[in-house]
Amino acid sequence: MFLSGYTKAARQRREKVALLIIRSLAGFVLIVLFSIMAYILFNGLGAVNWTFLTSFPQNSMSSGGILPAIVGTLGLAVGSMAISLPLGFGAAIYLSDYAKPGPLVNAIRLGVANLAGVPSVVFGLFGLSLFVTVFGFGRSLLSGCLTLGLLTLPTVTAAAEEALRQTPLSFREAALALGANRWQAVRQVVLPAALPGMLTGAILALGRAAGETAPIMLTAVTAYSPILPDSIFNEVMALATHVYFLATNGNNILQTRPQQFGTSLVLLVLVLSLSLVAVVIRARLRRGRKW
Amino acid sequence: MATEPTVNPDKPFIPDDPKHPSSATSQESKKAPSYEPPKVFHLRPRLSPAEKGSRFFFLICAILAMGQMLLIMIFLFQEAAGLFFDRADSPGLSVFSFLFGLDWYPTYQDHAFGALALIIGSLSVTAISTLLAAPFGLGLAIYLACVAGRRTRELVKPAVELLAAVPSVVLGLIGMAVVAPFLQNVLGLSTGLNLLNASLILAIMATPTVASLGEDALTAVPHDIQDASYALGATKWETIWRVTTPAALGGLSTAVILGLGRALGETMVVLMIAGGAAQIPNSIFDAVRPLTSTLAAEMGETAVGSRHYQALFALGVVLFLMTLAFNLLALYLSKRWRRRR
Repeated sequence: MFLSGYTKAARQRREKVALLIIRSLAGFVLIVLFSIMAYILFNGLGAVNWTFLTSFPQNSMSSGGILPAIVGTLGLAVGSMAISLPLGFGAAIYLSDYAKPGPLVNAIRLGVANLAGVPSVVFGLFGLSLFVTVFGFGRSLLSGCLTLGLLTLPTVTAAAEEALRQTPLSFREAALALGANRWQAVRQVVLPAALPGMLTGAILALGRAAGETAPIMLTAVTAYSPILPDSIFNEVMALATHVYFLATNGNNILQTRPQQFGTSLVLLVLVLSLSLVAVVIRARLRRGRKW
Repeated sequence: MATEPTVNPDKPFIPDDPKHPSSATSQESKKAPSYEPPKVFHLRPRLSPAEKGSRFFFLICAILAMGQMLLIMIFLFQEAAGLFFDRADSPGLSVFSFLFGLDWYPTYQDHAFGALALIIGSLSVTAISTLLAAPFGLGLAIYLACVAGRRTRELVKPAVELLAAVPSVVLGLIGMAVVAPFLQNVLGLSTGLNLLNASLILAIMATPTVASLGEDALTAVPHDIQDASYALGATKWETIWRVTTPAALGGLSTAVILGLGRALGETMVVLMIAGGAAQIPNSIFDAVRPLTSTLAAEMGETAVGSRHYQALFALGVVLFLMTLAFNLLALYLSKRWRRRR
């Protein structure tokens, strides 16, 4: 009786239409995303050459290269990892192997989970008031690294904890049964097994740190720097902010479009190749896991 | 070693069980010192310095990771609170006039810090971009999890995750250089930098996030209930629509909320292409000035400790609380969903 609208033909028609809609939604999204990539690639390639990568900006940034921005972005990314990796890995090891379940652990987890969603510009405000003003580091590479380090800390911690949890309990039991204490078990058994997974999360975070704009705009970046930074208290240029300044602040926004796309391309290649490494490692891990 | 009672709080590693036999034996030995348990059975050797040191170090890391949340809140709230108290040069604002004030004139002589237009700017951009990103993101998720072949999925899923990592400033540039002229020419607008443009680009940004998280949720649905559906003679689509999607609903809504949170907190896109006018939009072709872009645009030019500086931190608090609410909602939904499974 209630099958009247459910004849075989009607059901097959519905099936066809619905799957077609799903396929076209997915296809449309993929086409849009890839055409954006292609657009940046084709517009950027014209501007990128060896001099562009290795020289300083000239004529109030309307010509010349982006060397200081590349150096600044690399410095910020590496510096932020130097802060968030030890802290994040340490926190993850504590949560997965040392902590007893209880209010403290719950509070830490909740804090980490919520921090991951806090907008980056809020981290920028925090960095501005704590590192730049209270600690007196000023706008500097150091303030930027600290801010980005804190920004990436939740991501690093969460990914590392996930990787540690996926190492089977039997590994730890076996180590402990052989007479190892907990530190020995963690260092010699758990960490080697979990490290690739932990590093994957870290590399993804590194990619995000390299692409962040708002927090470093508030804490570390200057629009133009004629020199490379020679101490951690220098202001630096960065790729992401360079694109922003060229695209919004100059008198010749339209004339510098090639440089804007060129810089975007360099940034994109940097970020995507980092992420690609992480994605490949993770795919390998999933396939080759023996436990 | 057995003569001194070991009161180390450490428990044996695996069983987190207060009634573990080891704790019982040590308490007994405390009460009756005449009895010495044989050394072989002593389950709690004194901790080596490396063990103690590592535990201490990891605990510090964990506390820092959480303390950061508290520090951020303290700093934001402390700087923001000043706005609402009187001081020598100007009277304090009321919370009501800050949240619901219509005028944002931070640099005028008679400055006005009404955040309503900025809050509505943020909400409108977020709402429209979510309306766009949710169907496309979820469609892509369903395609990847249920429709696509294994080959396609193994190729497309990592690509989608890669695209989630595209820096926002690059997408902002696309909005300025491609979408804005397009809107200007096709729709005959005076400027292409408006609510619609920003929402489109934000939707493009949030779609990979929604798709990736949504796919995870759909793949996590146990296979047996889908097999049962097929066994009852349901078609693929009927299985997807009646079985898989309802079972993954918690995870799918979490995916949408996290995508929404990403759009709400995104700064560079709205800073570059939302137009930047602090007004309540009448149509999707009006310029808006969301909270995030206000912070990024004005923070560099204010003197530390000025009224404007405090007002910007108050905006930061509003933004922080809004994203916190969405986060907690997402956490709550995913937890409830997990419990039901």
